[in-house]
Amino acid sequence: MKICVCIKQVPGSSKVDIDERTGVLKRSGAEAKLNPYDLYTVETALRIKEMLKGTTVTVTALSMGPPQAKEALEEAYMMGADVMVLMSDRRFAGSDCLATSYALSQGIEYLGGFDLVITGKQTTDGDTAQVGPELAEMLGMPSVANVAKVLSAGKDSLTVEYDMPESVNVAKIALPCLISVDKGRYSPRLPSYRRKRDMADAPFLTLTADMLHDKDASHYGLDGSPTQVERIFPPEASNDRTLFKGSAEEAADFIYKGLSAEKLV
Amino acid sequence: MAYNRMDSNDIDALVGILGRDRVKTGSLIHDDFCHDELGGAHRAPEVVVEPLTTEEVSKVMKHAWKRDIPVTPRGQGTGLVGGCVPVHGGILMDMSHMNKVLELDEENLVLTVEPGVLLMEIADLTTSRGYMYPPDPGEKSATIGGNISTNAGGMRAVKYGVTRDYVRGLEVVLADGTVLELGGKVVKNSSGYSLKDIVVGSEGTLAVVTKAMLKLIPLPKKVVSLLVPFESLKTAIGLVPSIIKSKTTPTAVEFMERPVIKAAEDYLGKEFPDSSAPCYLLLSFDGAGKSEVDGAYQEVAELCLENGALDVFISSTEERQEIIWKARGAFLEAIKASTSGIDECDVVVPRDKVADFICHIHGLEGKHGIRIQSFGHAGDGNLHVYVLKDKLSEEEWAKRKNAAMADLYEKAKELRGQVSGEHGIGYDKQAQLCESIGDRTVGLMRGIKAVFDPKGILNPGKVVCGKFE
Repeated sequence: MKICVCIKQVPGSSKVDIDERTGVLKRSGAEAKLNPYDLYTVETALRIKEMLKGTTVTVTALSMGPPQAKEALEEAYMMGADVMVLMSDRRFAGSDCLATSYALSQGIEYLGGFDLVITGKQTTDGDTAQVGPELAEMLGMPSVANVAKVLSAGKDSLTVEYDMPESVNVAKIALPCLISVDKGRYSPRLPSYRRKRDMADAPFLTLTADMLHDKDASHYGLDGSPTQVERIFPPEASNDRTLFKGSAEEAADFIYKGLSAEKLV
Repeated sequence: MAYNRMDSNDIDALVGILGRDRVKTGSLIHDDFCHDELGGAHRAPEVVVEPLTTEEVSKVMKHAWKRDIPVTPRGQGTGLVGGCVPVHGGILMDMSHMNKVLELDEENLVLTVEPGVLLMEIADLTTSRGYMYPPDPGEKSATIGGNISTNAGGMRAVKYGVTRDYVRGLEVVLADGTVLELGGKVVKNSSGYSLKDIVVGSEGTLAVVTKAMLKLIPLPKKVVSLLVPFESLKTAIGLVPSIIKSKTTPTAVEFMERPVIKAAEDYLGKEFPDSSAPCYLLLSFDGAGKSEVDGAYQEVAELCLENGALDVFISSTEERQEIIWKARGAFLEAIKASTSGIDECDVVVPRDKVADFICHIHGLEGKHGIRIQSFGHAGDGNLHVYVLKDKLSEEEWAKRKNAAMADLYEKAKELRGQVSGEHGIGYDKQAQLCESIGDRTVGLMRGIKAVFDPKGILNPGKVVCGKFE
C-alpha cells in the first residue's frame, strides 16, 4: 500500500505574524515546527503500516513550503516515514487553500498516485480545515474528515472512527481514499535520533512547478488563489463570557440572536 | 511539653482576631485538615484558622504563645511525611488563603509572594513574563510556603538546584508573634548566620513564613527532552555518571521503568509516546538558543547510543513535551491509584551510587515478598521508592514494609546518602533521621529549635522533636 501524508511546517509559537498588506504568513526569523495536528497525521500512517505488517507499505511525507520546510519532512522521517518530498518553488508562494490543494494534487499525480492520502484536520497557522477535503475533491477520492482513530486497515478498505459534533461515527471506506485526522486520541511517537543519524541516506525529492503536469503558473501561488484577504489582525482578547446551557440547536439559536443583535450578521 | 487544651475563651480570642468565618471548629473542620497526601499521621486540630495578613498570623501566634497552644502551619497538604498534621491538636494555621503575588521586581529579578501561592501559579506568571523560577517538583498544586518548608527539589535540580537556592529573603513570624525579615532582595549576604537558610527546610517548626522573595532567572528560550529506552535498568542507570561527567549540564535526568509508565498511562487514560522498553532515562536540556541546546543533546545522544541505549527519542516542541512531562508528573498519583496502600522512601545518595542503590531495591522485592516501585531523579541521586500494600493484610503489610524500609535506609546510609532528598522528615521519618545523623547532630538541631521556639509550640512532634523509637 502506498500512503501519502500531507504535512506542513508552521510557526513555532502560537503568536502568528502576518503581512497585513498581502495577508500572507511571515515565516522569516521565527522558529518553525511541524504542525501539531500533523503529529497525528504521521502517527496515523505509521499505525496503519503496523496494522498491515507483512505487506509492503510505504509512507511518503509530502509538504509544500520554502526550503526550510524540509525540517518538517525530516521530523516525519525521524518518526518513521520512508520518503520525503518537498514541493518548493517561488511560484507556489502565497497559496490559499484552493491553490494549496491543487498543487498538492499535482504533486501526488507526479508521484504516481497513492492508495491512501492522510492530512491533518487543520494547521495551527491558517486554521481553515479545508485543504484535506478539497484535496480529496481534486484527486476524485472519497474522504472522511475528523478521523479520531483507525479501527482496522485492509488491502481494499479502512474502518475509521470520526467525531461529529454530537456523535462518534464509524465508517468503512474503500481505498483509494483520503482521511483528515483530528488530534488527541493517540500519543504520537517521538522522532528517533537513530533515524536522524541516517538522514543523509534518506530518500528526498524536491518538486518544482516545472515538474508538474499542469505548468500554468496562474494556477499556483498568489495568482492561483481566489481568496482575497482584505485584512488579517489578531482578535481582541477579552475575558467576558456568557454561559449558555442547552442543546446544540438552542445554542446556535442563542448565538445567532446575539450576533444579530450586535448587527454582526 | 504540656500544651493547654483550647477552651471557649481561646476560640473567642481567635474570632476577635480573624472574624467568625475564618475560625473553624468541630464539624466545620474537614477531614482533609487531619492528614496529608501520604503520611501515617492522622489527627484533627482543635481549630482551623485562615489568616489573610502577617499581622493576623502574628496575633494568632501571640495568643498561642501566651496560652501554650500548639500551632501547625499548613499549605495545600500535599506533603508526604505528615509534616502538616497537627499531631498535638491545637491550632491548624491554613496559610493557603494568603495567596497573593505581591511584586515582580524585574530590576532585581525577584518575585515576592505570599506563602499560599501555588507552584503552578508561579510557573504561569513567570513564564508569561519571560522568567523562570527553576525548582520544579512534580506536585504543581503545592504552595510555595510548603515548598519552602520542605526545601522542595524537583526535576530541574541537576542543573539549577533546589528551593533554598532560590529564596532570597523571607518574612517570618516567630513563635511569640514577632515579625522578622530574614535576608532580602540582595544577591550576596555574609551578614552573620543565615537564619533564612535555616528556616527554609525547617518544616514549620521554627517560624511561620508569611512572605517569600524568590530569585528568578531569564526563561531559557529552547528546551529539548530526550527519552532514552534501555534493555536493562543497570545499563540505563550505569550511564548517568558518564552523562554528568560529559559537562553538558542537563536540566533533568530522570529514570523510569515500564510498570510505572503503564500505571501513569492507566491513571491519565493517555498513552506514553513509547513504552516498549523495560526502562528509560528522561533527560532535558535548556539554553538560550537552538544551536547550544542541539549541541548538548546530540553529544549525550551519541553517548547513550554508544553505551547500550536502544534509541534516543527527541522531544522538542511544546506539544510533545507536555505529553511526556505530564505523565512524569503523575507517577506518584498513578502508583497510589494502582494499589491499596503505599509507603515511601525519599533517600538521596551520591550520584555515582544510584545504580548500586536501585539494584539493591530490585533485590528487596523477592527478599521481603512485597511489590516495590521506584522512579526518580537519577541525575541528583534522589530516588523515590514506593512499597506497595496490594492485597496484604494490615499485619503482614506492617511487617514486610518495615523490614523493606529498614533495609532501604540501611543501604542508603552505607552509601553515605541522606534520609530525605526533598520530601522532608515531618512526622514519619524522625527515627530514620536520628539513626542516620547521630545524637550530636540531633542535639544541635534541637538546640536550634529551642532558640527559635523555647516553648515548642510551633509544629510540635516533628523533624527531631517527636516521640519515636
